[in-house]
Amino acid sequence: MNRRPVFLITMLAFGFAFFYIPILSMMVYSFNASRLATVWGGFSTKWYVSLLSNRQVLTAAVLSIKIALLSATFATILGTMAGIALARFRRFRGRTVFSGLVTAPLVMPEVITGIASLMLFILMAEWIGWPAQRGFTTVTLAHITFSMVFVTTIVHSRLVQADAAIEEAAMDLGSRPWQVMRDITLPVIAPAILSGWLLAFTISLDDVVITNFTTGPGTTTLPILIWSKVKLGVTPDINALATITVLIVGFGVAIAGWLLNRAEKRREADAHLAYQENR
Amino acid sequence: MAAAHHDGRWARWFNRSGWIRITIGAPYLWLILFFLLPFVIVMAMSFATRTPTAPPFSFGGEHPLLNTEHYARLVQDDLYIRAYLNSILNAAAATVLCLLIGYPMALGLTRVGRAWRNVLLMLVILPFWTSFLLRVYAWMGLMGSNSWFNKLLTAGWNLVVPADWALRSIPMMNSGFAVALVTVYSYLPFMILPLYATLEKLDLTLNEAAMDLGSKPFAVFRDVTLPLSVPGIIAGSLLVFIPASGELIIPSLVGSSARPMIGRVISDEFASARDWPMASAVAVALLLLLVVPMMVYTHFEGKSHARAEGGGR
Amino acid sequence: MTGTEAGIPAPAASVAAFARPAPPLPGAKVPPFIRIKGVTKRFGTFTAVDGVSLDILKGEIFSLLGGSGCGKTTLLRMLAGFEAPSEGRIFIDGQDMTDLPPYERPVNMMFQSYALFPHMSVERNIGYGLKHEDMTASQRRDRVREMLDLVQLTEFSHRKPHQISGGQRQRVALARSLAKQPKLLLLDEPLAALDKKLREHTQFELMDIQDKTGTTFIVVTHDQEEAMTLSSRLAVMDKGRIMQIGTATEVYEYPASRFVAGFIGSVNAFEGTVRGVSGDLAEIAVPELGGAVTARAVPGLGPGQPIALAVRPEKIALSRSRPEGVNVIAGTVRDLAYFGKDSLYRIALPSGRVLSVNSVNARRHGEHERVADWEDAVWLSFDPAAAILLKD
Repeated sequence: MNRRPVFLITMLAFGFAFFYIPILSMMVYSFNASRLATVWGGFSTKWYVSLLSNRQVLTAAVLSIKIALLSATFATILGTMAGIALARFRRFRGRTVFSGLVTAPLVMPEVITGIASLMLFILMAEWIGWPAQRGFTTVTLAHITFSMVFVTTIVHSRLVQADAAIEEAAMDLGSRPWQVMRDITLPVIAPAILSGWLLAFTISLDDVVITNFTTGPGTTTLPILIWSKVKLGVTPDINALATITVLIVGFGVAIAGWLLNRAEKRREADAHLAYQENR
Repeated sequence: MAAAHHDGRWARWFNRSGWIRITIGAPYLWLILFFLLPFVIVMAMSFATRTPTAPPFSFGGEHPLLNTEHYARLVQDDLYIRAYLNSILNAAAATVLCLLIGYPMALGLTRVGRAWRNVLLMLVILPFWTSFLLRVYAWMGLMGSNSWFNKLLTAGWNLVVPADWALRSIPMMNSGFAVALVTVYSYLPFMILPLYATLEKLDLTLNEAAMDLGSKPFAVFRDVTLPLSVPGIIAGSLLVFIPASGELIIPSLVGSSARPMIGRVISDEFASARDWPMASAVAVALLLLLVVPMMVYTHFEGKSHARAEGGGR
Repeated sequence: MTGTEAGIPAPAASVAAFARPAPPLPGAKVPPFIRIKGVTKRFGTFTAVDGVSLDILKGEIFSLLGGSGCGKTTLLRMLAGFEAPSEGRIFIDGQDMTDLPPYERPVNMMFQSYALFPHMSVERNIGYGLKHEDMTASQRRDRVREMLDLVQLTEFSHRKPHQISGGQRQRVALARSLAKQPKLLLLDEPLAALDKKLREHTQFELMDIQDKTGTTFIVVTHDQEEAMTLSSRLAVMDKGRIMQIGTATEVYEYPASRFVAGFIGSVNAFEGTVRGVSGDLAEIAVPELGGAVTARAVPGLGPGQPIALAVRPEKIALSRSRPEGVNVIAGTVRDLAYFGKDSLYRIALPSGRVLSVNSVNARRHGEHERVADWEDAVWLSFDPAAAILLKD
């Protein structure tokens, strides 16, 4: 087993080239002076300037972030509850239906979820007069619904891995079930809740299809704005926008990765130390 | 604990069993209202009648909720059948390609050192966190007839083929090929991650045992690694196949209008033709096509949850 | 290197009387079946195996014994071909195996985790290695049947590994590794996963199977009792080096170093100085024992030389009245533990040192009639031949 797996390493190299060449090419062309997005015409940052002075883009970005913050927060609360319910309450009426409802949105084609949500909102408006018109509220409601199940999946798998004995220990030491939940379970799954929130936030920020169906006039999120622009073809200012997005996400992921790596190293060092001391 | 005595009835109810009811009830009700109910409506809508009113449908009419005309059209009009076929073929091709590219990559990830592995995993996940739309868009730039990428490929093509097959540029955009390529590109992480999760858990001493019993590396892969990674292959394939079959963005941006895809058909029926019952019927039929793969996925997920729960006990 | 080949020259007669009937003892003119020559394995800056040389004869059960991280498993993995030595060569039956991959070596391994293929039945697990042998399908079937018979698992042949018990899994692993009739079988902690009762039973089964097949076994274990019952010879390892090689009796009764004496069984060890040597007896000053004791001499002792003296707990006699003879010491019972067949006493000496003494409960007696009780004043004594002198 000492031989280097040459074939696998080659495939990894090809795979990552496939992943990153389009993105890198897009980033390079965001500095293209030419209006023709695919022909190089010298270096320029003018697309960044025009992008950052574009009111429409800024408004859309702010709206997207508002919706993402709100829907991620609600999705995290509901999704965490569902995760706890599935992992810790083994028997309740309708558990089978419930676990089906929690998995189905994960694999449902977005177009179907989109038109289904839209029809619901329209019929609700017909029958109970609410929501009177589609926009911020309906988009947020739809985003909460389809991102909460991702939170559920993360929280559930974390809870299942966690040792149930620590909860039993807390109960043995006199805590009531609700106190166990508050003092033991929630702190244990806190990292899962945080990554669930982050995932819900990105999903909302990135969504085109469901937003496209559930939004109304005057509510244009950033992806919807990009969608309407790129349908017409490649434009240099979208290259600039994409570059900014990739850099922000890349920076965030790099920092998160660095923090995780450091935490892991420290944990390993601690474990090593503890082991040495116990000898 | 002492506080419970002074608190009111609501607090006592909450501490005893109320919090359990809320924990189960709130997400349950939410999903019934915003996920299950909409599907019931779509079902009903597919049997409704189109009217020139706003909203453009009626559940009543000649055949209240029994109008099967849309389903009949689904079979009669070959637009729909072609759209289903194109979508399924594209999704299947993308799944197979993702598997062929993703499997060696996932296996490679389990074989590199710890520090490198974390970096590379991060690089697999990174595109997943950037915008889906922008990733599709990146390929629009690459595939266009004036792009450096297209020029490079064209030069390569002209080098190997006889002179009268030479091209000025390769017509990549707005083709079935473009849709398949971008689908593979966009969904590859969904294949790699579950495969990696499965492969990473495999016990390497099994490989050593097979090698010890006389198997060369490829036979070890065929006899041990491959059969034991089947759950990961199934999960990854379904995670690519199911959303890819209903894909809307990719065919809209890089596909050809001569090759209808089902996601686009649903969207067009709904938004352009304003034929909500027809759009619903197309959607219901797509769901029926996908119900088997979706059940398989849910079943496997449930089984892995059950296993994890069993192990946690 | 410490006593690789010879160890302490031991009175051969007394050893032979206790040794398990083994193949020709080392020194006889038989070419070694397995020859490990100056093998070193480094992982980065860490040296896992450090210049090990070892000869093993055909048909032996040879144990590599040591604590975790002593290099025994790495040595085994180099024999199997999973690790390449950084230095040195490995020969099996006269052939240089050092550069052969695992799948070309006439060596099979029984893994500590058993490494049974979870997706294959017992039968297919056992038959797996035969796929690569040059034999017909019916020959293969016969061999699998023979193996199932050998480990008494015929009725479980269609079960999957998770459908049988731990002991049965162990036997499947054994059958699978024996099916190809390897020249050498490597066993990595073969009994570690079994419970105590099953372990004792399986030990004898392993020896029985080895007798039947005549295969050479190399066993890696951290359990000294297992090594002593199973093996014809054993090597004690520490920090990548071999500390001593010998039969179980040699290693237990004539340990070559303080490490081996402490590792195999328990021992009371003291620091002392040689006062004088007369004939085959030496007088050693041991302050902790309150004076001089007499011990059987080892070659090369000179007056004034610092030396360690070790006495096993079961070789110290305990009595209420002062016995006759040499090496008599007074003490007080600090603690005692009753194990049934014997008792362990902790005896405090006037120097403050506490000794462990094992005493066999040969007579049946009640609670208040034992040899000594808490806080009793007692006398300890041991034979000069029981005292081990250790220069290293």
